[in-house]
Amino acid sequence: MNWDVMWDSLPELAEGALLTIELVAISGVLGLALAVPLALARVARPLWLRAGPFAYIFVFRGTPLLIQIFLVYYGASQFETVRESFLWPILREAYWCAIIAFTLNTAAYTAEILRGAIQAVPEGEVEAAKAIGMGRWMRLRRVVLPRAFRIALPAYSNEVILMLKGSALASTITLLDLTGVARTLIAKTYMPIELFLAAGLFYLLITGIILQGFRLVEKRVHGVGE
Amino acid sequence: MIDLHGFGNQLLSGTLVTLELGLVGMGAAVLLGLIFAPMKMAPLWPLRWIATTYTTTIRGIPELLVILLVYFGASRFVNGMADLVGYDGRIEISPFMSGAIALGFAYGAYATEIFRGALRAIPKGQIEAAQAIGMGRWITFRRIVLPQTWRIALPALGNLFLTLLKDTALVSVIGVEDLTREAAIATGYTKEPFTFYFAAAVMYLLLTVFCVIAIHYLEKIAGRGYARGDT
Repeated sequence: MNWDVMWDSLPELAEGALLTIELVAISGVLGLALAVPLALARVARPLWLRAGPFAYIFVFRGTPLLIQIFLVYYGASQFETVRESFLWPILREAYWCAIIAFTLNTAAYTAEILRGAIQAVPEGEVEAAKAIGMGRWMRLRRVVLPRAFRIALPAYSNEVILMLKGSALASTITLLDLTGVARTLIAKTYMPIELFLAAGLFYLLITGIILQGFRLVEKRVHGVGE
Repeated sequence: MIDLHGFGNQLLSGTLVTLELGLVGMGAAVLLGLIFAPMKMAPLWPLRWIATTYTTTIRGIPELLVILLVYFGASRFVNGMADLVGYDGRIEISPFMSGAIALGFAYGAYATEIFRGALRAIPKGQIEAAQAIGMGRWITFRRIVLPQTWRIALPALGNLFLTLLKDTALVSVIGVEDLTREAAIATGYTKEPFTFYFAAAVMYLLLTVFCVIAIHYLEKIAGRGYARGDT
């Protein structure tokens, strides 16, 4: 064990950690925003409304994240129309490709979690909301969604951790996230064990912070009402 | 149908490697789970501590990092051990083995939690009854506890296997010629990345569907003699 290498790598790894957090945060927020309408359409009654989200969720949960990233980053460039379109400046950048792939991926998983939560909202509460004359939209906004978010919280914290771990794949498309930085430093120093362990400690630290954050939110959410 | 430029066979052989990796990795994960789950419930605190450290650290570290760590670290570790016992030659660990070991190690932590839940679900009375009729600890475990653990743990293990199967794509990073790697190789020749990654995605989807059916079948076998909804 070469402790000096570990110690010296900390500032660079910290920079990588910042990019990792940035990727997870941006695609997490975008993914959540996409997941809500997806989940709502998924539990809708008409088949034409249900079918799209069902297929989307099935495909994105049934294929590896690595393939999804490669499809966005390498795959898009195969088509002339894409290369000539206004989208190219975005799809050319590994950073945006990672964000797009992570967002689409986490949206599928989150939508599935939300679907379960929406279906777990007690029937009686929805009926009570109907009984006091709430319209469809208001019911959704005031009863169903707030309840569903609360039910989904523990499962969603798991999904965020999985997303954090998945973000390591950004290093495969040249991004210098935590894993990417570790891999570059290894190419320079050839100290794989030391550097991967140091990167692992950073990941554990971030995991711990995320879990602690969710614990606080859960406490707050359950303190009111129930 | 999409034109694969004659790379169809490579993709198929890659699919086979992916499935093999999934099965070997899952076998290792189940083995580790069966070792660490009882440890986590052991009366001795050092055992509990080791098992808890394993599950919490591994579950907080990206699988890709575990794979890279095992790939680069395992041969150094094994050769270091070999040196200690006085073995002079070099021991090579193939990328496939490192990949399978790493996946098993990463998913063993999840398997441990699944088995722990399943072991807990077995009524204490049954174990006491087994001991009352004179079964030893090992026989009780093998004849009473283990068969029921399977039945209870199977749905969760099935889900774990589906996740693991998709994560096998990560070993392409260390050069194992699995489905993802074969798609990348074909891309290098044909310059048609979308075609081949899309074909790979379809293969993964088919594999998933196939495995879902197989798991359903296994669950049926494990649930023989139980009314549905009893589990």
